[in-house]
Amino acid sequence: MQIYLPIAEMSVNIFLILAMGGGVGLLSGLFGVGGGFLMTPLLIFIGVPPAVAVGTQANQIVASSVSGVLAHMRRGNVDFVMGGVLTAGGFVGSGLGVWVFNILKRLGHIDVTIGIGYVVFLGIVGGFMMYESLPIVIGKPLPKAFAISERGPGRHMWMHGLPFKMRFRRSKLYISALLPLTVGFLVGVLVATMGVGGGFLMVPAMIYLLGMPTQIVIGTSLFQIIFVTATTTLLQAAVNQSVDVVLALLLLIVGVVGAQVGARLAGRFKGEQLRVGLALLVLVVALRLALDLVIPPRDLFSLGGE
Amino acid sequence: MRAAAALVALILIVCAPARADDVPLVADLSSHLVAITTGFTGTDVLLFGATDGPGDIVVVVRGPQKDIDVRRKERFGPIWVNATSVSLKDVPSYYRVASTRPLAEFAPDELQERYQLGLQNLRFNIPSTNLPPEETGAFRTALVRLKTENGLYNEEVGSVNMMSSRLFRTELHFPSNVPTGTYLVEVYLFRDNAVTSAEIVPFTVSKIGVGADVYDFAMNYGAIYGILSVMLAVAAGYAASAAFRRT
Repeated sequence: MQIYLPIAEMSVNIFLILAMGGGVGLLSGLFGVGGGFLMTPLLIFIGVPPAVAVGTQANQIVASSVSGVLAHMRRGNVDFVMGGVLTAGGFVGSGLGVWVFNILKRLGHIDVTIGIGYVVFLGIVGGFMMYESLPIVIGKPLPKAFAISERGPGRHMWMHGLPFKMRFRRSKLYISALLPLTVGFLVGVLVATMGVGGGFLMVPAMIYLLGMPTQIVIGTSLFQIIFVTATTTLLQAAVNQSVDVVLALLLLIVGVVGAQVGARLAGRFKGEQLRVGLALLVLVVALRLALDLVIPPRDLFSLGGE
Repeated sequence: MRAAAALVALILIVCAPARADDVPLVADLSSHLVAITTGFTGTDVLLFGATDGPGDIVVVVRGPQKDIDVRRKERFGPIWVNATSVSLKDVPSYYRVASTRPLAEFAPDELQERYQLGLQNLRFNIPSTNLPPEETGAFRTALVRLKTENGLYNEEVGSVNMMSSRLFRTELHFPSNVPTGTYLVEVYLFRDNAVTSAEIVPFTVSKIGVGADVYDFAMNYGAIYGILSVMLAVAAGYAASAAFRRT
């Protein structure tokens, strides 16, 4: 069954869209990522114009994140204080990111910058998570010399000397507010330049830089993503008219259900297992995007500015 | 200049005095509106007409003109990057030519060129670039090829059916990605290697119904549209969560 998308100006198979929305929603609930880094390439792959894909998936992620956050809230897995501080940093960061994005666009290198950005960040994040989590899951510890970190006191000594200390009760942390503000800011810059929700960067940053417990990280990351993607949706709709509400509705109806199922499944796994799963997913997407950059294109020519 | 001359020639032919009962060529469409509704998956429009005797018919459909950038990737270190780009002006967003026989059998090259019959005779306005002419030619060829792959450019030899050397008909296909706007169908009657008569039939491709309302609202009230989209998303997320809580 086909349906015509008014903003994307094309007709698509309704069941294909529903399957994509449900699948990405499930992963979103399971791993606490918005799913933008999966959905955007998928939408572009089926022929949706890139600008519409970015604007629409931002809107869809708002829905799946709200649904996911409510599920995590009921189990007390959201640190609102931490989420608020991260969001504050994120707003400033995405403002700067939009500015950088426009400069790159003027120079005509935005596509390749986004491609390289995805590959580098997904590669680093995925590789690092895999490297640290895999030994725990298969039950063999890394040799001491290679062990990257252990959570707890004594780590990142210089960070504990920073001013503006805040107590984050839910995360069992007493750290400087500058740390989450900086993390929120840096992720915000990348979110705006790469057009995703940013969970795949935020989740590891919270685990490895801030030292938050994995179960809290997922709910808190979703909480923060709601605000970033809501802002993105507004800007895209107002400035570029690139939010397709029909496509977004189709994606979010099944996406929110998928996110609920995913959030339930997440409770059955250990934190390390979830981390390996997310690491695998991130590495596969990074590899795919790296191949797209390196493999000689099937067609050297493309049309733009229509 | 040549385009203008061709247009003048065309107008002269179309407006050539003819007695009402002795029109050499009449043509019309089964519908003058292609409506893009929510279930739109492309459509066919029937073009039909009659001539006052034997001859060959050529039908050309042109969509609204747009400016298009054609980009070419080049190798830059290990990766492929959009390096060179040529913008072509006044490119028809849709082009379709249909005829009773292969054009070469009845239309001299010079006339094919003048009326832009056939994909190889399409003329685009290419602003001066610092690329050599054969390079810009490659971009022109790429544009036609990509448009053909998208189903927006088409050449159909023999798809106009003649009956009793008087009546003719052809199906014009419009895919789901057909651009909106005003289209012109040009119908030419060829006899003895010359255009005897021609007619122009205009029609419109337009969005209709809920889809059109959504489109207009998004274009005219972007900020409100954005706020409503976010509210819709929050509501959907909340509803799904509430539904799952009860079960």
